[in-house]
Amino acid sequence: MFDQNELQFEMVQLLDENGNGDEQELASFSDEFLVTLYRWMRKARVIDERLLKMQRQGRIGTYAPFSGQEAAQIGSVMALRKDDWIFPSYREIAACLVHGLPLAQIFQYVRGRVIGKRMPDDLNIFPIQIIIGAQTLHATGCAWATKLKGETQVSVCYFGDGATSEGDFHEALNFAAVYRVPVIFFCQNNHYAISVPVHKQTASRTIAQKALAYGMKGVLVDGNDALAVYKTMKQAVEAARNGEGPMLIEALTYRLGPHTTADDPTKYRNAEEVEQWKRKKDPLHRLRVLLEKRGLWTEAQEEAWVAQVNEEVTAAYEEATANETGSLVDIFDYVYGKPSKLLQEQQQEVARRKQRKEVK
Amino acid sequence: MAEITMIQAINEAMRQEMERDERVIVLGEDVGTNGGVFRATDGLLEQFGDQRVFDTPLAESGIIGTSIGLAVNGFRPIAEIQFLGFVYQAMDQLAAQAARIRFRSAGRFTCPIVVRSPYGGGVRTPELHSDALEALFTHSPGLKVVMPSNAYDAKGLLIAAIRDEDPVLFLEPMKLYRAFRMEVPEEPYEIPLGKARIVKEGEDVTIISWGATVPLVAKLAAEMKAQGVDAEVIDLRCLQPLDIDTIMQSVEKTGRVMIVHEAVKTNGFGAEIAALISERALFSLSAPIVRVTGYDTPYPVPSVEDDWLPNAARIVEGVQTLMRY
Ligand SMILES: Cc1ncc(C[n+]2csc(CCOP(=O)(O)OP(=O)(O)O)c2C)c(N)n1
Repeated sequence: MFDQNELQFEMVQLLDENGNGDEQELASFSDEFLVTLYRWMRKARVIDERLLKMQRQGRIGTYAPFSGQEAAQIGSVMALRKDDWIFPSYREIAACLVHGLPLAQIFQYVRGRVIGKRMPDDLNIFPIQIIIGAQTLHATGCAWATKLKGETQVSVCYFGDGATSEGDFHEALNFAAVYRVPVIFFCQNNHYAISVPVHKQTASRTIAQKALAYGMKGVLVDGNDALAVYKTMKQAVEAARNGEGPMLIEALTYRLGPHTTADDPTKYRNAEEVEQWKRKKDPLHRLRVLLEKRGLWTEAQEEAWVAQVNEEVTAAYEEATANETGSLVDIFDYVYGKPSKLLQEQQQEVARRKQRKEVK
Repeated sequence: MAEITMIQAINEAMRQEMERDERVIVLGEDVGTNGGVFRATDGLLEQFGDQRVFDTPLAESGIIGTSIGLAVNGFRPIAEIQFLGFVYQAMDQLAAQAARIRFRSAGRFTCPIVVRSPYGGGVRTPELHSDALEALFTHSPGLKVVMPSNAYDAKGLLIAAIRDEDPVLFLEPMKLYRAFRMEVPEEPYEIPLGKARIVKEGEDVTIISWGATVPLVAKLAAEMKAQGVDAEVIDLRCLQPLDIDTIMQSVEKTGRVMIVHEAVKTNGFGAEIAALISERALFSLSAPIVRVTGYDTPYPVPSVEDDWLPNAARIVEGVQTLMRY
């Protein structure tokens, strides 16, 4: 087993900060793939910026922006099959979008609508997790079920560097490795858990190396290099599908904005550090340079695409808010398959209040 | 009909449900080769193999958390927590995750798992093995809480719990596992969750109890009859959902209420029942409601546990107090 677990401190990277890389390696990606990948990343950035603005305008609730992490999220999801499972935390809006979650639904979610919590029936996306690390076990259990049934979906669990301090993370990796289930633990190490830097979170040199202790493979990848993420994920998914068991991937990345709309990152990060990541390491920038070099993308295309996405966002927002329904009465339906008598009494009370227009 | 113990009834329920439905699987610490520390899962590994019965790593949050993923993806896991005091290790996964999957997904996902765990005192266990923690979980909307008090109920309730679409915490009074035998039908049957059992009908006072204390209450009620106090004894069987109708009918008939439970008094489930009765039937009462419970301390050391637990003396005294009004 030990040979599987060679400590790899080296970071997988295909595309450097200036959009350069090993030509042969880069040649393996089709033009069409590169454009699709970039379009998704650009789109996600626009959506994230709009959501942030909308929160400031009071049109949506507390929001956890993901700008800076597009390559990690989109690069990884694009390596999945449509029927693979994903287990997102609150920061994986881009991953959910790419896996098929309609934008209008995302608006319903961030506006705190009851129905915003319901993933479409044909999408294997678990409810967005708020409790740090809890989803690592759900993903492991889900993958375990897949294996027991002899099916071939892979389960992918998203979480941050902070989550790797939680007990559930360790229990999940341990179960996953013992039962060799097709789950991929995808850590977006964005360097901070709210205000706490990763070196105060763990004394490990990398998070990827934690895989070693559990008997699974761990990989450190440049999380701002969408191509490296995609390639790493593709390998992990294939291995998992072939019954080779779980993998831990650490994608080294950075969130450019605040943790959520409720904190002020200038209190715990210096401007120079943020500038560095913004200017030099932006995941969109390096992919775009590559596209331009290949003659696949121009300034005009960029403008047109951003304008189109902006329209799409506006339309989705309107769709989501046009017929906003959902009442306090409804939430009682989602507690048990069949509500108890006491719960029914409470629901009836709310229904009476609704009729008297005391509640929505 | 065979006369069997509660632990045999529990074993039989699991075995029959595993035979009936291949989605039913069992996981937990020592549930496989060892058959469970109380032998509740004895023979299941031999019969169903290691793809249905799993000796898991020693991790309570892991057991319940992975059960959630298994359930969402098509299985019906029965997870064992070796002793209820260890459930604190898995508090989030049980109370916040399993209980809320339906709610958090607005009905898209359900979580049909059963978490079985022995609980209850009087058996001289080490620290944190005996605690009665049921009230914690009646505070977690989405969970059902079931507490059988005999072999017949245990089998029917467990089968109903396994077939239920929602997560069920199934608490087994370890003191009663082998305390007595009773006739239990061999074929599978369900006792609906949320239906209390009237153990003994009576006119003078209603005694409400569940789980480990029920046989003691029943025995004392029979003795009291000879001394002229006709007690009605209700075994709730389920705390969530609660059979409020059976409680209210009895309270309106007798006008006197005693609640007996092992858990500590403050914020015990007895407090909830007393509040419900005062909301609904205050003027049917001829006396204040009496609670006989564990004391508000951590579960004590073996040398004093019999005095700590609700015992015959305290229960009889409680009834006498009620009857003085
Ligand atoms: C169990 C738990 N503890 C604390 C919190 C509060 N909290 C929310 S996000 C967060 C930081 C998480 O950091 P990380 O895991 O690195 O993910 P990131 O936010 O960087 O994506 C904390 C402490 C929580 N939601 N859940």
